[in-house]
Amino acid sequence: MKVVSKMNIQEYQGVYVFVQQVDGKVAGVSHELLGKGKELAQKMGTQVTAVLLGSGVAGLAGDLASYGADRIVLVDNPDLKLYSTRPYAYAMCSVIEKYKPAVVLYGATAIGRDLAPRVAARIRTGLTADCTKLDVADDGTKNLQMTRPAFGGNIMATIICPDYRPQMATVRPGVMQKIKPVAGAKAPVEKLDVVIPESEKDVQILDVVRKESHKMDIQDAKVLVSGGRGMGKPENFKLLEGLAKALGGTVSSSRAAVDAGWVEKDLQVGQTGKTVRPNLYLACGISGAIQHLAGMEESDVILAINKDEGAPIFEVADYGVVGDALKIVPILTEKVKAAIAARNK
Amino acid sequence: MNIVVCIKQVPDTNEVKIDPKTGRLIREGVPSIINPDDKAGLEAALRLKDSQGAHVTAVSMGPPQADTALREALAMGADEAVLITDRAFGGADTWATAHTLAAALKTIPYDLIITGRQAIDGDTAQVGPQIAENLHIPNISYAEELKVEGEYVTVKRQFEDRYHILRAKMPCLITALSELNEPRYMTPQGIFDAYREKQVKTLTRKDLDVKDGDIGLKGSPTRVIQTFTKSPKAAGTLVNNLTSEEAAEYLLDKMKEKFII
Amino acid sequence: MDFTLSKEQEMARTLFRDFAEKEVKPYAQELDEEERFPSEALEKLRKYKFMGIPYPKEWGGAGCDNLTYTICIEEISKVCATTSTMLSAHESLGTWPIYKFGTQQQKEKYLKKLCTGEYLGAFALTEPNAGTDSSAQQTRAVPEGDHYVLNGSKIFITNGGYADTYIVFAMTDKSKGNHGISAFIVEKNFPGFTFGKKEKKMGIRGSATRELIFENCIVPKENLLGQEGKGFPIAMMTLDGGRIGIAAQALGIAEGALNETIKYVKERKQFGRPLAKFQNTKFEIADMATKIQAAQYLTYRAAIAKDTQKSCSLEAAMAKLYCASTAMDVTTRCVQLHGGYGYTREYPVERMMRDAKITEIYEGTSEVQKMVISKYALK
Repeated sequence: MKVVSKMNIQEYQGVYVFVQQVDGKVAGVSHELLGKGKELAQKMGTQVTAVLLGSGVAGLAGDLASYGADRIVLVDNPDLKLYSTRPYAYAMCSVIEKYKPAVVLYGATAIGRDLAPRVAARIRTGLTADCTKLDVADDGTKNLQMTRPAFGGNIMATIICPDYRPQMATVRPGVMQKIKPVAGAKAPVEKLDVVIPESEKDVQILDVVRKESHKMDIQDAKVLVSGGRGMGKPENFKLLEGLAKALGGTVSSSRAAVDAGWVEKDLQVGQTGKTVRPNLYLACGISGAIQHLAGMEESDVILAINKDEGAPIFEVADYGVVGDALKIVPILTEKVKAAIAARNK
Repeated sequence: MNIVVCIKQVPDTNEVKIDPKTGRLIREGVPSIINPDDKAGLEAALRLKDSQGAHVTAVSMGPPQADTALREALAMGADEAVLITDRAFGGADTWATAHTLAAALKTIPYDLIITGRQAIDGDTAQVGPQIAENLHIPNISYAEELKVEGEYVTVKRQFEDRYHILRAKMPCLITALSELNEPRYMTPQGIFDAYREKQVKTLTRKDLDVKDGDIGLKGSPTRVIQTFTKSPKAAGTLVNNLTSEEAAEYLLDKMKEKFII
Repeated sequence: MDFTLSKEQEMARTLFRDFAEKEVKPYAQELDEEERFPSEALEKLRKYKFMGIPYPKEWGGAGCDNLTYTICIEEISKVCATTSTMLSAHESLGTWPIYKFGTQQQKEKYLKKLCTGEYLGAFALTEPNAGTDSSAQQTRAVPEGDHYVLNGSKIFITNGGYADTYIVFAMTDKSKGNHGISAFIVEKNFPGFTFGKKEKKMGIRGSATRELIFENCIVPKENLLGQEGKGFPIAMMTLDGGRIGIAAQALGIAEGALNETIKYVKERKQFGRPLAKFQNTKFEIADMATKIQAAQYLTYRAAIAKDTQKSCSLEAAMAKLYCASTAMDVTTRCVQLHGGYGYTREYPVERMMRDAKITEIYEGTSEVQKMVISKYALK
C-alpha cells in the first residue's frame, strides 16, 4: 500500500541540528552532530544549520561555526532560560514551520529524548531514537537512513522516513565524530522571534539539584572496572576507582578479592556474586575462574589485562593485553581523562 | 483521583539469545514481561492509591496476548484493565502508537497518566511524550520521585548530571524510571481474582475516534528497511609484548572503537 | 489425563519462581551455613500473602487451590529447602487440621491468623519412642475441670520455638492405642509448655527442629481439636496432605539441582570442550529430566486428588515415595557431575544433596509410604 503524504517533501531542505546548551555551555553531542550534519549536508547538496535556543546565548554562535555550522538560527527568549519541554518544543516547531528543514538531528540525551518526540508528534513526522549510524540513500531519494540498535542491542535496524518531513533522529552521544574546530570561523545568525504562549508554560521548575556521585550498583553500571587477586592489595583498588570514575562507571571485583577482604561483597561479580551486563567490562588482574565468567560474559565489550597469557579471562575477552594492570591502569586513566576532555572541549 | 498507567508487554530482552550459526534472534522460549519502566510506573500509581486513594486503570496496546500483562497489573492491585487491540493497529511506529493510545485515553477518565520512560525492546522513550502532545497536556519525563498534592504533581526529574524538581497541574503525564521504586509482587490471591473476578475491557478500531491514515503501519511515518544482527562475537584478540604505555593506548583505542568514550 | 495448568496457575508459578529467585535464593547458602531460621523470607511470605494459599478467602486465605500451593512449595524448594520446610509445615500441617476439623470458634481464633501469616503453625506427633509407630504415644492429656493437663514431650518438631500454635497429639485413653489419641491446639505461651534442644541436622539446617516439653501444661477444653479419641485419623489425614508438600519439596530440590548442573556442564570445560558435549553427561541429564517429569506428574496428580477426592492417601504416598528417591538420586548424580567442585560449598548441589535426604525420612519414611501403597495394592 502506497502512502500518499499531503506534504510536498521537495519544499524541505537543509540539515538542522538542535544545539543543546545547559548553563550556556554547548553539549559535546551537539558538536558531534554538527560534524555529522555537515557530512550529510554535503551528500544532499545542502547546508548544516545550528538551531540555538536559550536566553542570552547569542555568544555561542562562534563556537557553533567553528564546529561546522554553515548558518545559525537563534531563538533568544527568557522563557527558554532553563530547559522545559513545552516551551522548547514550541520554539523548535516554530523553527521547523518557518524554515522547513529536510533533516533535524538531536542528541540522544535526557533533553533530546524528551524534546524530539514532542516535536515529532506535533508536526506529524517520524523520529528515530538513539541512532548510531546516519547515511544518505544513494537511490536518488536522498532519504536519511537511520540505523539504531533494538531489542536490547541484540539487533540493528535501519529506518527511513520517506513520506514525511523533516526526517528526525536522536543520536547517541559519542558515536559521531566532531570536526577539528576551525578557529575564527563565522556563520550568519538569523534571529527568530518566538512568543511562547502562556498555555505552554505549564510546568514550574521549583529547583535544580546537581547530582552528587553516589555509589552505583554494579548491576546498573554501564562501565565496570573490575579487579581480582592480581591487584595485589586493597589499596590498589584506588587505581581502579580512578579509572572507573573517568569512564563514568564503577568498580567491581572477583570473588578472590572479596574473600581476601579487600572489597565489599556487594561488588562481587560471578556465580556467587552478581551477574552483570555492562557496555564495558574491564577485567584487571582477574584470572577468570568459571564462576566469575558466568557472571560477566554477557557484557557488550570485555577488555582484560592479566600477566598470565594462559588466563581463562582471555577466552571471553574481546581484547586482551598481557601485562601488569598496576602499571597500565594509571596510564590508561590519564589517557581516558584526556580523551574525554578533548571531546567535551 | 484517576490514574491511568500505560504498560507494554515486552520480550525479556535479557533472555534473548542469538543463534550463533544463523545470527538470528532466538525468540522461542523468551518470556514476556511487563516492561520494567512501566512496572515502576504501575507501582508508583499503586502507592498513590495506598497512601491517598486512587482508581488505577492499566492500559496496554498490543496483540491479544497482552491480556497476560494486564492480568498481572490487576494481580498487583490495579482496579481496571483495558486492552487496545486490533489488526488495524499493527505495525505502528511511535507516532501512530501514541496517536492510538491517546485516542483510547480520551475515552477513559484520568487526572494523571503514567508511562514508563522507554520499553526494553525498542528503547525509544518516545511514546510517553507523544501521548502527552496528542492530549495537549504537560509531560514530565524521567521521574525518579513522585508526589501528588491536591491538583498538583511534583516530580524529581533525572538528567545526566542533575535533577529538576518540577511541578505541574494535573491532568499531566509522567514517564517513570525503573529507579522510581521496587515494584511489589503480585499475590496468589490477586492472580486468582484477576482471572476469576475481574475483566479486561477491550477497545478496538471501531471504539476509537481515529482516521485510518493515522493508525497502524499506514499511519506510521517511519519504515524499517533493514534489520541485521551485529556480527557474532569473533574470537578475541590477545596482544603481548607491549610496554605499559602502548598497552594503555591500545585499550583506549578499543574503547573509542566501541563507543565507550 | 490433562496436566495443563490453568492461566492463573501458570501466572502463580511465574510469581513463585520470581519470588524464590529474588527473595529466597540470596539467603539459601547463609541459612544453611549459619543454621539460621529463615526470618527474612517469612516476613516477605507474610507480606505477599503466601501463608494461606489453598484456604478460602473468608478465613484470610488466598482462595487458590492445592495444586497452586504445591507449585509454590516446588518453586521455593528449587532454591532453598529450608524455607520450603517452614512454609510447608505451616500450611499443610499447622493450618490444615484446624481448617478441616476446627470448630467455628477455633477457626475464628486461629485459622484466620494462620492463613494471614500473623501466626506461624506447627504440628507435633513424633516422640522419642513413637516415630513410625504413633500408637506408642506417651504424652498424656488428662481432663481437669475446664481444661486438660498435658505431660510428655515431642521431638523433631519443625518450626519449634518459632511457631505460635502447635497441633499436639496426646493420649487421652492409653488403653485404646490409636483410638485413644486426641488432638489439641496448643499456643506457644500456654503455661507448662517449654522448648528443649534444637537439633543439629545434616540438611535443611536453617529449619528449626526442636523438642517440645509439656509439664502440667494447661490446655483449655475448647482447644480440643475434633473429638476426644479421634486424634489418630486427624494426624493421618493431615499427613496425607503434608506428604504432597514433601513430594513437591523433593521435586523442587531435584529440579533445582538439575538446573544448577545444566548451567555448570555447559560452562565447565575438560579435555577442551564443555562437559555437556560428553555422552555420559547427556545421558545423565536425560535420565534425570525424565525422572523429574514423572515425579512432577505424580505430585500434581496427588495435589489435584486432594482438591477433588475424598482421600488422597494413595496418591500422596506414591508421590512422596517417588519424589524423595528421585531427589536423592538426582542430587547425588548432580554432585558427581560437578566433580570436586560439587563436594564443596562453592556450589549449591552439595547443600541440595544434604537437603534431599530428609524427604525420604520425615512425614512418614519411604518405608511407611510403601506400607500405605501396598495396603491399597494388596486389597
